[in-house]
Amino acid sequence: MTGTPEPILQLKRVRKEFGGLVAVDDIDLAIGEGEFFTIVGPSGSGKTTLIRMLAGMERPTSGDILLRGQRINDTPANERPTCMVFQSLALFPHRTVGENIEFALKIRNVDRSTREKRARLLMQLLHLPADYYGKNVTLCSGGERQRVALARALAFDPQILFFDEPLSAIDYKLRKTLEKELKDIHRETGKTFVYITHSLEEAMVMSDRIGVMRKGRLIQVGTPNEIYSAPRSRFVSEFMGDVNVIPVEKNGSGAVRSRSLGATFKPPPGPVEDRSQCLVVRPEFLRFLNGPDEAANKLKGRLYNEYALGSRIQYQVRVGDQVFLVERLRQQPFKGSLDDEVLIGWDPENSILVSDE
Amino acid sequence: MSEVSSIIADPGKRAAAPILVLLALGFAAPLFAVVAFSFMPPRTFGFWHEPTLANYLTIYTDNAYISLLWSLALASATVAILAVICYPIAYGLVWVFGRWSTVLTLLFTIPLFVSENIRLYGWVLFFIKSGVLPGTLKTLFGLETGDFLFTPAAILFGMVYVYLPFMLFPMTLGIAMVPNQMREAASDLGASRWQVFREVELPLSMPGIMIGSLLTFVLAVGALAESKVLGGQRIIPITHDIEIAFTYAQNWPLGAALAVLLMLVVSVLVIAVLRRFDLDQILGRR
Repeated sequence: MTGTPEPILQLKRVRKEFGGLVAVDDIDLAIGEGEFFTIVGPSGSGKTTLIRMLAGMERPTSGDILLRGQRINDTPANERPTCMVFQSLALFPHRTVGENIEFALKIRNVDRSTREKRARLLMQLLHLPADYYGKNVTLCSGGERQRVALARALAFDPQILFFDEPLSAIDYKLRKTLEKELKDIHRETGKTFVYITHSLEEAMVMSDRIGVMRKGRLIQVGTPNEIYSAPRSRFVSEFMGDVNVIPVEKNGSGAVRSRSLGATFKPPPGPVEDRSQCLVVRPEFLRFLNGPDEAANKLKGRLYNEYALGSRIQYQVRVGDQVFLVERLRQQPFKGSLDDEVLIGWDPENSILVSDE
Repeated sequence: MSEVSSIIADPGKRAAAPILVLLALGFAAPLFAVVAFSFMPPRTFGFWHEPTLANYLTIYTDNAYISLLWSLALASATVAILAVICYPIAYGLVWVFGRWSTVLTLLFTIPLFVSENIRLYGWVLFFIKSGVLPGTLKTLFGLETGDFLFTPAAILFGMVYVYLPFMLFPMTLGIAMVPNQMREAASDLGASRWQVFREVELPLSMPGIMIGSLLTFVLAVGALAESKVLGGQRIIPITHDIEIAFTYAQNWPLGAALAVLLMLVVSVLVIAVLRRFDLDQILGRR
């Protein structure tokens, strides 16, 4: 993405309470025209409630939702120019593939031949075989159903497409394919996609920007690269996958100290704040040292186990009772064996200081 | 002999044998007896006479088929009325009433524990001249009402009342089978409330509606107590004719012929309906 696109969807202090429970807590957000925006969060973080409000299936308790500057809080889902792909897909089992795709057009009284033309075009775009037009939708495979659901949502040319974890029930290999396909469709159609998922990995593959949600709040919004390389909190960094997190405190002379490890580390360049915080080091930035001079920060531990991750190999190193993960590329030489005493270390610029939230 | 030994040898057949014998004796044999009796000469009591169509002819010449038509008409009307009454209630039980649904379901179920006849006599007290309803109307509003009781409408009322749960509960299940996301998806795609109902909810709850309708129809066509108790025999349903033939008239072959006729008509109707509405297809199982 270059420059800041015109916002198509704006949220102003959007809040949703169920009884006394706050599901979405005063969220401010602007999503740009044509953007692929993903909201990531664990279950219960309020992401589903948020997207349901955006799609018009829930009404915010307070705050405003603006579509191209127009307040749409009270516009019901069937009058919004947006469409949602559900987690269950919610395809109509009593209808054929063609009838499913044409549903929104039939509702809008589009004539039969125009409808069929549009449906067939979408089927082509989504790599659905042409003879599936008359097929019972319940006979389609999981991946095919995804495509039918997407085609159905695209049929009436909505301005925004919402996705409520549609890929979560799909097996890993197919999911990887569909993630890329979805991004291709996004490029092909140029539409605004708002996607929610609990998998940051999935979000990384597809999104232009990601918003991380926790307990009803958006705690960080940024490009995949920003989220990956500059997480602001322990939660975001851990959500990304395997990371080493060391709770530390400021130690006077520009260093940080871990009480549990009884060690002092050189922090990454930049100011060190006075609050309690965490030092985050990704496994790929931790390495085995041949001597204590090879890195500014180091720890002595015991090689406990190893896991082959394809192109990389991950090692579990125990320092006291704390576990550290170290990764190396498969082709890099390494001579250690299990239960060896090892020295691991990292360069300060490869670590991140985050809040301990 | 080899048949018998093969049954003894095959554990599957051996295990199935008792239930097979039970079904043959308890289900097929009586049915067969009724069919056989219907071809015996009138007023005879045995299977060893020359088969004859005399009973079926009697039904035709004595206009006994009129009572069959009454039964079918009353049952059809019952089903139609129940469909209209029960759909909103079932819809409410599933989507609207929330935790009150359990209470309501109980209220609909509890009367089933009281004998049908007793409940119908309760309605007699309610409708009878100077009974609860006419008496109240007269005392409070000075309204002089005609006879509620002993009319075809009273029979129909009784049937609707008695068979309501048999329509309501399958329908509730049918409506509960429509996932909420399916309704939301339809609405999200632009469908109005009415279009969601017509395009998604009604077709997808059709299995429940069909099962409820068939169940009530088959039960209602065999109804007898309503016309006796609430109808004062103003209308003679076929079940009444069958009962008379087997008891008072001691004409078993005629009663058997009427029963066979009723079974045939109902089977044909049920099969026709099931053909028209393929439940599996509606459920998306194919």
